[in-house]
Amino acid sequence: MSSRFEPTPAEAPTEYHVERLRSDFPVLHQEVHGRPLVYLDNAASAQKPEAVIEAVHHYYRHDHANVHRGVHTLSERATAAFEGAREKMRRFLNARSIREIVFVRGTTEAINLVAQSYGRNRLAGEDEILITEMEHHSNIVPWQLLAGQTGARLSVVPFDDAGVLDLAQYRRLLERAPTIVALTHVSNALGTVNPIAEMVALARAAGAVVLVDGAQAAPHLGIDVQAIDCDFYALSAHKMYGPTGIGVLYGREALLEAMPPYQGGGEMIKSVSFEQNVYADLPHKFEAGTPHIAGAVGLGAAIDYVSDTGLDRIARHEHDLLDYATQALAAVDGVHLIGTAPEKAGIVSFTLEGVHPHDIATVLDHEGIAVRAGHHCAMPVMRHFGVAATVRASLGLYNTRAEIDALVTAIDAVKRMFA
Amino acid sequence: MSSLRDLYQEVIFDHNRNPRNRGSLEQANRFAEGVNPLCGDHLRLYMLVDDEGVIRDVAFQGQGCAISTASASIMTETLKGKTEEEAHRCFKRFHAMVTGEGDGADMGKLEVLAGVRQYPTRVKCATLAWHTAEAALRQKHERVTTE
Repeated sequence: MSSRFEPTPAEAPTEYHVERLRSDFPVLHQEVHGRPLVYLDNAASAQKPEAVIEAVHHYYRHDHANVHRGVHTLSERATAAFEGAREKMRRFLNARSIREIVFVRGTTEAINLVAQSYGRNRLAGEDEILITEMEHHSNIVPWQLLAGQTGARLSVVPFDDAGVLDLAQYRRLLERAPTIVALTHVSNALGTVNPIAEMVALARAAGAVVLVDGAQAAPHLGIDVQAIDCDFYALSAHKMYGPTGIGVLYGREALLEAMPPYQGGGEMIKSVSFEQNVYADLPHKFEAGTPHIAGAVGLGAAIDYVSDTGLDRIARHEHDLLDYATQALAAVDGVHLIGTAPEKAGIVSFTLEGVHPHDIATVLDHEGIAVRAGHHCAMPVMRHFGVAATVRASLGLYNTRAEIDALVTAIDAVKRMFA
Repeated sequence: MSSLRDLYQEVIFDHNRNPRNRGSLEQANRFAEGVNPLCGDHLRLYMLVDDEGVIRDVAFQGQGCAISTASASIMTETLKGKTEEEAHRCFKRFHAMVTGEGDGADMGKLEVLAGVRQYPTRVKCATLAWHTAEAALRQKHERVTTE
């Protein structure tokens, strides 16, 4: 019998058993160059738990057929699995309806879909598109293409040297009444968490339609599209422990309803004649062709895994680890942190005096440590800080303080080597 | 760490710390810029080629990783006194060495970069200066990229 002063079982779920979680990820248990793998490239792509791998495997072994067509049993099972994943994503994002959940290849395709289907028919020479200086190329280039097609103008909200967006300048740029505002929720190069609900509210009050790039936010933060009140939210499964090649576009139903299809083909059409077509209902209007069914199944399993683990607990663990990593790296002589916003998630970017990030990454790899070195598809961010590249260590739910210690030790080795 | 030392030999560190022929060349009659979009390396290459087609002087400017800086530095030393044709042949053999298609025998001090062949992602670092030199000799004034 436990005494009344011991923790009650009700408190047990707040404990975070990182070693137990690590055992769920087969890929983590290997050596690279004779050292235990330390995977700190989660912002590029996260590893997959057994549950996701097994769900995809099980689907192909037992349930695969094309969806929405066959009357046979396997097609019914595949359709149920595919649409079941859609419902899981609806709940994950707290969308009102599955009609608002469009399966796409990833965040990039989601943004291109909105740029082309929403933007192309609505924008003209007088109009503005407003983005920020900290966007990933995937939330810059689709808008540049759209601007080129329509004559619309692209404006950019700057950030300060800590990596915090200039909200005063944002308000001023909103006075020009942009048609579309596209913002990242979490910066992939700096880790900054933007005050997204506040920014969306300001943009909508200015009459803009707002897209949020949630690729980096989805694995770290609980997302509630109704609370954020954005018009579109884009994310990729592979950054949240799901398969590659699948992602989701959330769109406000009334907007999606009014938008023309992005691609034409099967699945997205009700009836075809050579005179007139009738498009499928939402969300299938935007899902031309046979979808990535197995990917959706894996994404559903990833949502279950993350939800069962508890996003709030994952966030607490990662936040603790981020503080630990930030302090440890800041204490290394010669290290300069790039991105020191008060609100951050999962990412530490840095440079080391006298050593190019590419050399650092090669030496770290020899210590079994996987980090990203480069411009992180955010060249305007690199330009802001006057660097060509940074080293980026990005955290996942399975990383540990011991791994951060290994990183710091390896950076000391880099310094000795290049001294 | 043995193969890491194959890549980062002492000679590489030496050229990285003290690059030879770094700077611009006032009397240059050949020039090209090279970029490696993958890691953001950027290189400007100046050459003075005489009427007989002999490379009389070479200099480079730019930011890069240790492999790219050392490779540029060693290349400038190698190219001085060579004809354009010799320089081109030298690049072919160097390229073959770092991509593992040639053995790199008798390549002199360029052999210190042979370790790159074990690092496919770093081949572009080692060849950036050479691609830029080729562009300069072709007198193409556009930027070359390793992509």
